[in-house]
Amino acid sequence: MSDYTITIGTFIAIQAIVACGLNVIVGYAGQISLGHAAFFGIGAYASALLTTAGGFSFWGALPLVLFITGFIGLVLGLPSLRLKEDFLAITTIGINFIVVSVFLYVPFFGGALGIGGIPRVILFGTRLRGTPFLFLCLAFLAAVQLVSWLFTRSWSGLACFALREDEAAASSMGVSPVRFKLAAFILGTAMAGLGGALYAHFMRFISATDFGFPMSVMILSMVVLGGMGTLWGPVLGALVLGMLPEVFRPLTEYRMFLYAALLLLMIRFQPGGLLGESSLARQIFSRLKGGEKE
Amino acid sequence: MQLFLEQMLNGLAIGAIYALITLGLALVYGILRILHVAHAAIYTVGAYVGLAIFSSTHSLALSVTGSMLFCAILGVLIERFVYYPLLKFPPYVPLIGSIACLLAIEELCRMVAGPYILSFPAELPFPSFTIGGIVISSTLSAVYGISAGVLLLLWIITTKTELGLAMRATSQDMAIASSMGINSHWIISVTFMIGSAVAAIAGILVGIYYNQVYPTMGAVPAYKTLALIVVGGLGSVPGAVLASILLGIAETLLIGYAGIPLPRDALAFIAMIAVLLWRPQGLLGGRR
Repeated sequence: MSDYTITIGTFIAIQAIVACGLNVIVGYAGQISLGHAAFFGIGAYASALLTTAGGFSFWGALPLVLFITGFIGLVLGLPSLRLKEDFLAITTIGINFIVVSVFLYVPFFGGALGIGGIPRVILFGTRLRGTPFLFLCLAFLAAVQLVSWLFTRSWSGLACFALREDEAAASSMGVSPVRFKLAAFILGTAMAGLGGALYAHFMRFISATDFGFPMSVMILSMVVLGGMGTLWGPVLGALVLGMLPEVFRPLTEYRMFLYAALLLLMIRFQPGGLLGESSLARQIFSRLKGGEKE
Repeated sequence: MQLFLEQMLNGLAIGAIYALITLGLALVYGILRILHVAHAAIYTVGAYVGLAIFSSTHSLALSVTGSMLFCAILGVLIERFVYYPLLKFPPYVPLIGSIACLLAIEELCRMVAGPYILSFPAELPFPSFTIGGIVISSTLSAVYGISAGVLLLLWIITTKTELGLAMRATSQDMAIASSMGINSHWIISVTFMIGSAVAAIAGILVGIYYNQVYPTMGAVPAYKTLALIVVGGLGSVPGAVLASILLGIAETLLIGYAGIPLPRDALAFIAMIAVLLWRPQGLLGGRR
């Protein structure tokens, strides 16, 4: 594999981790969030600051990073208890803009210059770069997928599904909306924090603009496009949306336009996602399965 | 004191421009419950089409009418092709469609007109005033005059005409409005036409006010206007106008005096969260 492929692959793996985190919040718990890049950014900044100014190693900082992003996710998830649907969507956009402007304007976070000189990840005494780092990201992605899968099988997951389908009915059955919505927020934002930490140590330089609202839109598009609430949907979405700009790279001038137009067509004709209910892939698959039985 | 008043007048002008952009968004939200982010793309297209007609004919009247017509058609196309078929899905599906539309149209503008900042060298036919030593330039008086005129016209359309009655009925309950003989799909299209035509006026006005037209001029308004319709009360047109004007003034004054270290674009969202904590239904929104 060339360096180019490895770099693209690493980006896709990191974005898939963040998209899986968003999937827990949006797909499993049914809470719309358009500010997920803020938590991606909080994870990246936390890890960058802990390893550069704090003197921690990547592995020492990681539990703290997960704790910090999960905790901020808990606090910023509180509005979801009061706000519904569109109000929540716009509030999360607002949270994204505010977090980015705090990174940009507070000198502690490096201001417009961002944070540089972030050390590489050291595992078994070797500095990870290139292919080994890609494998590290893939291993974390596998772990995130495992946690997501366990979550859907757990009592908390079931409670979240019930709340997503009908909050009034679920809460009258004794399922606490507060507890399980916030649990989904903590889990989802901690996953975004993990993605952020990996991103910081991959790029080794971060600035606030990497985590702006367009990034949130990108992550949500990945989740919706792949199939919200499915286990592999976000990963597929990250793969498709991560590869598209590279496929269109020879068409430099028209690249972003084709990307946007294709996203529009996909959401227009497969609104349930590529792996969601009543999607083309699912229909073909179930037809094949039905064919075998007959 | 004089500086303060001049700042106020500038803030009022910015607020009036915000109001013109937010208006269409509030109308569309009121009727379809969709966050129409692509509205900002229509506003950008409005500025470009206006500039193109102006530079070939040198007639501001032709440029405004042509641009309004073009944007009205574009708005209906977006509604027919993107939003209407996606109405039965959860609200984030049309929202993503809308954001994709915004990106695609921005890119299209860049491809056609180039990534440069173009100037809009038009003179608005409005007089300038001097009241008590404070000069109101012709651009400022044009912004006030045009936005007041548009707001008045829209107020008359929505409250005094049969069309306005049909629009309000459709926004309250589309199914019942349809069963009462209102062609609700046509009413939705008309709402998009009106909102988009007003966005075209806003685009031309901003182009002349700042003397700048560029492909990403819609990027900041796209999300700021979302905050504004929330602050005003989702779907409440008077609330959206009030919130826009307040924000225009607050931005100008806070940046002029308080010197807070936050960019003005975050201010709208901070105000929004504060308002939501205090009045979750927005400034003028009814309880839902």
